[in-house]
Amino acid sequence: MLRYVIKRLGGMVLTLAFISVIVFVVIQLPPGDIVTSTLERMEASGMQASDEYVQNLRARYNLDKPPYLQYLSWIYNFVQGDLGYSYIFSKPVNELVWERLGYTLLITVSAVLFTWIVAVPFGIYSAVRQYSIGDYSITVVALIGLATPNFLLALLVMFFAWEWFGVSIGGLYSVEFRDQAMSLPKLLDLLTRLTIPASVVGMGGTAVTMRILRANLLDELNKPYVVTARAKGVRPVKLIFKYPLRIAINPFISTLGLLLPTLISGEAIVSMVLNLPTTGRMLLQALLAQDMYLAGSFLMLLAILTVVGMLISDLVLAWSDPRIRYE
Amino acid sequence: MTDNILEIRNLGVRFRTDTGITNALNDVNFDVPRGKVTAIVGESGSGKSVTANCIMRLLQPPGEIVSGSIMFEPSEREAFDVVQVADRDPRIYELHGGLISMVFQEPMTALSPVYRVGNQVAEAILCHRQVSKEAALAEAHDMLQRVGIPDVDTRINMYPFEFSGGMRQRVVIAMALVCHPEVLICDEPTTALDVTIQAEILTLIKDLQAELHNSIIFITHDIGIVAQIADYVVVMYQGRVLEIGTVRQVLKDPLHPYTKGLLAAIPGIVPKNQRLATIATSVGDADITTPYPLKDVGDGRMVSQP
Amino acid sequence: MSEAVLERPPDSQDPIAQVAPEELDLLTPKQLAWRRFKRHRLALVSGGVLIFMYFVAGFAEFFAPYATTYRNVTAINAPPMDVRFFEHDGTFHFRPFVYGYDLHINEETWAREYSENPEKLYPLRFFARGDPYELWNLFDGNLHLFIAEDETGAGYIHFLGTDQLGRDVLSRVIYGGRISLSIGMLGIGLTLILGVFFGGFAGYLGGWVDRIVQRMIEVLQSLPTLPLWMALTAALPAHWSSLRIYFGVTIILSLFGWTALARQVRGRFLALRNEDFVIAARLIGSGQNRIIFKHMMPSFMSHTITTATLAVPGVILGETALSFLGIGIRPPIVSWGVLMEQAQNYQVISMTPWILYPGLFVVIAVMAFNVLGDGLRDAADPYNTGGL
Repeated sequence: MLRYVIKRLGGMVLTLAFISVIVFVVIQLPPGDIVTSTLERMEASGMQASDEYVQNLRARYNLDKPPYLQYLSWIYNFVQGDLGYSYIFSKPVNELVWERLGYTLLITVSAVLFTWIVAVPFGIYSAVRQYSIGDYSITVVALIGLATPNFLLALLVMFFAWEWFGVSIGGLYSVEFRDQAMSLPKLLDLLTRLTIPASVVGMGGTAVTMRILRANLLDELNKPYVVTARAKGVRPVKLIFKYPLRIAINPFISTLGLLLPTLISGEAIVSMVLNLPTTGRMLLQALLAQDMYLAGSFLMLLAILTVVGMLISDLVLAWSDPRIRYE
Repeated sequence: MTDNILEIRNLGVRFRTDTGITNALNDVNFDVPRGKVTAIVGESGSGKSVTANCIMRLLQPPGEIVSGSIMFEPSEREAFDVVQVADRDPRIYELHGGLISMVFQEPMTALSPVYRVGNQVAEAILCHRQVSKEAALAEAHDMLQRVGIPDVDTRINMYPFEFSGGMRQRVVIAMALVCHPEVLICDEPTTALDVTIQAEILTLIKDLQAELHNSIIFITHDIGIVAQIADYVVVMYQGRVLEIGTVRQVLKDPLHPYTKGLLAAIPGIVPKNQRLATIATSVGDADITTPYPLKDVGDGRMVSQP
Repeated sequence: MSEAVLERPPDSQDPIAQVAPEELDLLTPKQLAWRRFKRHRLALVSGGVLIFMYFVAGFAEFFAPYATTYRNVTAINAPPMDVRFFEHDGTFHFRPFVYGYDLHINEETWAREYSENPEKLYPLRFFARGDPYELWNLFDGNLHLFIAEDETGAGYIHFLGTDQLGRDVLSRVIYGGRISLSIGMLGIGLTLILGVFFGGFAGYLGGWVDRIVQRMIEVLQSLPTLPLWMALTAALPAHWSSLRIYFGVTIILSLFGWTALARQVRGRFLALRNEDFVIAARLIGSGQNRIIFKHMMPSFMSHTITTATLAVPGVILGETALSFLGIGIRPPIVSWGVLMEQAQNYQVISMTPWILYPGLFVVIAVMAFNVLGDGLRDAADPYNTGGL
């Protein structure tokens, strides 16, 4: 097991190194940079920048160096925890990203929980009662859930909450709590409100997971070891939970890893619609303004979140399936 | 207490699928004598396994029992008809593994890959008796030793995929016998194993039977194995019983043309350079495909004939 | 060993009901696949729906009553119209008609409110001459499937209402379908090329090429796609024409979508290399190319196409999301995502819920692709003979 963990950790570091290069290239792609856009602004407001000023500016953002050195200094500082300086907010990136990232993590984890809480019972039901009316209804709902863009779902939920209940569900806190310090009622309020983004973000993933669980379980239900267990007198409910489900859950855990990029993507756009203080909106602003340190940090941190999540799901899988652990 | 632990009468099973109805068993009749080994022999699709699944009440949709009865008379309780027991009746769970156990064909897949061997054997005990987990594991330990697993102390904590096929089949046998069932059904338990292991497993089953005096239904397509292990033989073909008798009677003096063909097709009996006989079961062969009822021909022998 | 009670009349039924297997023997693999597919009724329906959608989008100029730029200034944010056969007083018209709008300003909220004006009765005219257009920028025309016009030539029809500039939502949905659906197809074309290229190389060459491609796939699959798409589309220069942006977005969307396909192609290649029939082909002296194209490709192409079909929804949803955020397709080209860009908050939606109609079409198209893909996957599996 330890060897497996070390192997996976090594793989993760390598993956992250690749990702950092991709992220750096991506944020360097747009023509122009912070300095050129600063100069454009200054010119627009009728100011003239001296050559010396431009040189200083370029030096300050390391833009006078060749790209690979820029990359190295960026990643060097990044690893040290210095995420650079946001040009549009005139603040160190460190002051901007962490709270937002925390909320992103909160919503993503809630979405994962939602996915599990909904997908497992419905998936089991669908498999055990294959071709029943319940199975067909679940399938249809899953198909619709899979086909609905989550921003549209967010809009619809918001629209109906407003039309039917007169509630505004945007934001993470109700109006009365917004400026208060954290307290128990405020926490409860947060948890209640969290269910909406969690379910909206988790919708598509839930549909996928449910279908996968159903298919896996159907495969396993007729395996000889299930019959053996039945033949030795294991009762029906225990039989399903202890035998086929236990195995069907393995690919399910690995799907969770593949689901994470989707969930984090979904979170980015849903949070914009629902007006949540997470990464989505600020990332978009940063990208449009070519605020490279801010955008780069967001992209990199979201990627780290995903990769670490996938690592955890792989480790859980290994813990759950002795065949992998003993490889 | 009668001599027969199981009496199967007029058993009919059919499978309803998209393409139509298949009658898997037609009017199957035979008895399983107490404390003896009864072999059911026949080719694939002859209904051997379906019969076993009916006795165990393991038949799954689309299969359904449409007629007949299976009277089961355990030694210390009243006889009952297995077919008539409701799905949710607790007697079903007593039956499964408690009164009747089964050993399956595929030892490679008959055990769950994610639980330790000891756990899976002990579970059979925990399903039928109120004992502590430790006590169950101790009993499982004994049983594993009895079926010839070496170094049980370590092996009991290993996973099935760390076992060879023969070892796994021993585990499955231990699991089946750990609750001392009165009937053990072996559904081609040696087919998936290689020859030397086959012999070991057969000897094991025979030895355990001599020790435990339980009744065994041994399902196989291999007449050679029948000769080695069985006391009585039931020959099945296309969902019907063709011939019933003691091993000696049937193998020495087969009455039904199919049984004759079956015996002629055993390699080793024919002289060198002679082609091995095949069984002429082509459609229209009146002797074999016409479903004549079983007739008592004396000496306790029954045969399907006009 | 038992008594003579066993005698019973034989069962007259044939012991084993048989399906005519001879019939199956005569079918080619393609015919078998088609048979399997036909059993999947929902997939068949989905295929039909998609063909219909692509056809309508292809001839958008004819099917849409108006051009995307058309503005009805008398109907800003007007609700969908009902097509009627009966007038308010009960008079029946054989030719369906719509009522024109009557505009009121709500004195309290100052919002525009529309009601039907029984005076303005506009009958529908089918295959009628309306706004001129250039079909595919090639042919001049002015024939429309339907328009609404009375004898004086006045009239309009807004089956799905109008937006904040008085543009016809239905027409824009039809034109938007052309972009959204074609991006799905184009994107999948690119994805197929990339996937088969990388997967084929990795699977065929093996060794270090395989390891590099594998690692690349792993990296790409662990990236949150939307933020990266956002970064890339935001980098498309502002001065580009909408057509170039369209292709740019398509390429960006395919750039991260090929991994699943490549994985599959690689897996199939690796597995097929050791299949008996490939070895047999090699042993009877078939050339390398013949083995690849005649023996290996056909046996995994069906799976590849299926995976590609299942990847179309991702591209369509990606385009919709990016355009909704304002960084995907740029006006004047419209896509379903662009159309929904106006619906950024619930105030707008509660005033004019009909601007969400494009979303309905996204859902239908994506659902149809998913179901079709499932059906194809079942049909493509040569071992799936269940119930034939």
